[in-house]
Amino acid sequence: MEYLSGTGRLKTRCVQAWGLHPRLMVFLPVLALLCGLVMLPAAGCGREASQQPPLCVAGSTSVQPFAEKLAEVYMHHFPHLRIDVQGGGSSAGIYATRQGAADLGASSRELVAAEKDLVEIPIAWDGIAVIVHAANPLTNLSLDDLRAIFAGKITDWRQLGQRPHAIHLITREEGSGTRNAFEELVMGKVEITPAALVQDSNGSVREIVANDPNALGYISVGLVDRRVKALSIDGVSPTREHLRQHSYKLVRRFLLVSRLPPRGPVKEFVDFVLSAKGQSLLEQEGLVGIAE
Amino acid sequence: MSREKFVERVLFLLALSSLSSLLLITVFIFLEGMPLIIETGLGNFLASSHWAPTKGHFGILAMIISSVLVTLGAMVLGVPLGLACALVLAEFSPPRLKMVLKPTLELLAGIPSVVYGFLGVLWLVPLIRDYLGGPGLSLLAAALILGIMILPTVISISIDALDAVPGPYRDGSIALGATQWQTVRRVVLPAASSGIITAVILAMGRAIGETMAVIMVAGNALKIPTSILDPVRTLTSNIALELGYASGRHREALFATGIVLFVIIMLLNLAATLLTRRK
Repeated sequence: MEYLSGTGRLKTRCVQAWGLHPRLMVFLPVLALLCGLVMLPAAGCGREASQQPPLCVAGSTSVQPFAEKLAEVYMHHFPHLRIDVQGGGSSAGIYATRQGAADLGASSRELVAAEKDLVEIPIAWDGIAVIVHAANPLTNLSLDDLRAIFAGKITDWRQLGQRPHAIHLITREEGSGTRNAFEELVMGKVEITPAALVQDSNGSVREIVANDPNALGYISVGLVDRRVKALSIDGVSPTREHLRQHSYKLVRRFLLVSRLPPRGPVKEFVDFVLSAKGQSLLEQEGLVGIAE
Repeated sequence: MSREKFVERVLFLLALSSLSSLLLITVFIFLEGMPLIIETGLGNFLASSHWAPTKGHFGILAMIISSVLVTLGAMVLGVPLGLACALVLAEFSPPRLKMVLKPTLELLAGIPSVVYGFLGVLWLVPLIRDYLGGPGLSLLAAALILGIMILPTVISISIDALDAVPGPYRDGSIALGATQWQTVRRVVLPAASSGIITAVILAMGRAIGETMAVIMVAGNALKIPTSILDPVRTLTSNIALELGYASGRHREALFATGIVLFVIIMLLNLAATLLTRRK
């Protein structure tokens, strides 16, 4: 179990910690760049020689915390199987699955046409919450206003009937599953303004919004906590009920993908995820089960 | 083969292997990144600031400008501070104080950059947001953090350069009636100038290549900044930020960003080498 919680954060750890002589530092960016890019196609889990090879789930950082939870509970019930959960992003996870480096890919975006040959297993619905600072008086935003804000047409809270101050807009990085879903659900053909701040995880978006009274960003509904406030969109709040009915507009699917129809241990794990137990676990963590 | 020769050969091979890794890196980055630059056109790649790699726009102008500005900002803060520090330690302080202070300052270099970034996010960013305005995550925050991060580079190389100035230069100047400050300014500094310039250039390389701390405090927006309170994205942060999700042409575009960074850093190193060799 301890091993599991460690693997998820492995990637973040690799990035840190070097104290070399200053002269060497000059070469480090180049080295770091290389190491990073070499790691990318290799997303997936190392196979060591043990009695039973671990099951490898790699992909979206939005799905990762939920997949870790599922794996943790599953391994508790079936100690004979080890499951490694890794991040890396939806695209990297899908790529790793295709290459056979991962048994299951986790994706927080829909598969594009070229990826449709993979088997997709929807596991849950997730909402994207538009969040502001807890002290922000705003409670509702129309979808059109939201689009105008992210397009850079509305830049001041005054235009929304608030105390005049620039809106500090936060988006996710290009290629992120959450950003991808947000662009599809909200922006349509319109591009997100380059003036927006860019953060590379749900957590850091939430951190900034929690500390900046003028910030506005979007994160997965499951990760909203008390320090930030999720806005209603067109008068519909992102509650579980509204997500289930799809009356809240910003809803997307979480997928597991595999190269071939799952068999053996992979199938057992997938069946567990889709079982009443697995689905209720996901519900407890803030998602909406796919079964209904 | 004599033992002497054997050792020589082994050492030679080891030296080659470290060189070959540099060669491999170079070849690898260029192979991965060049196709995209050729396809997009070098002009388009360098002179457009429209970066939307999943929609086929690959312009890195805003990031080049941001990298340059952040680095300049760091130099403005770090060089005078570092140089002053080096002068005090090399010329004006008793040797025992120097023995304590120099290693302490060099410890700064051992602090992982993520820690600098963390401190920046925790208190520098809120300070800027509350007292100066803007989102706090900004060009200014990145420049301030980097300015501190380059201090050990500037200080330790400058001290080495100042220490290398022969003692008789100083004695001669003092004997002619110059004060200590006049001696330092007219004799020691000019004699040590090439070493100090090297220190500055290496610090510049360090600043332009720093990634983690900059991602954390710079805000990473894609716009060309119009004020020091605007969020910016540097070349390095662009690569690290989008690496995890990039595939296909997007990935090539990140390698291409790496090529630009590589060329800039190589030019800086070359400049440092040439300057030291001239004297």
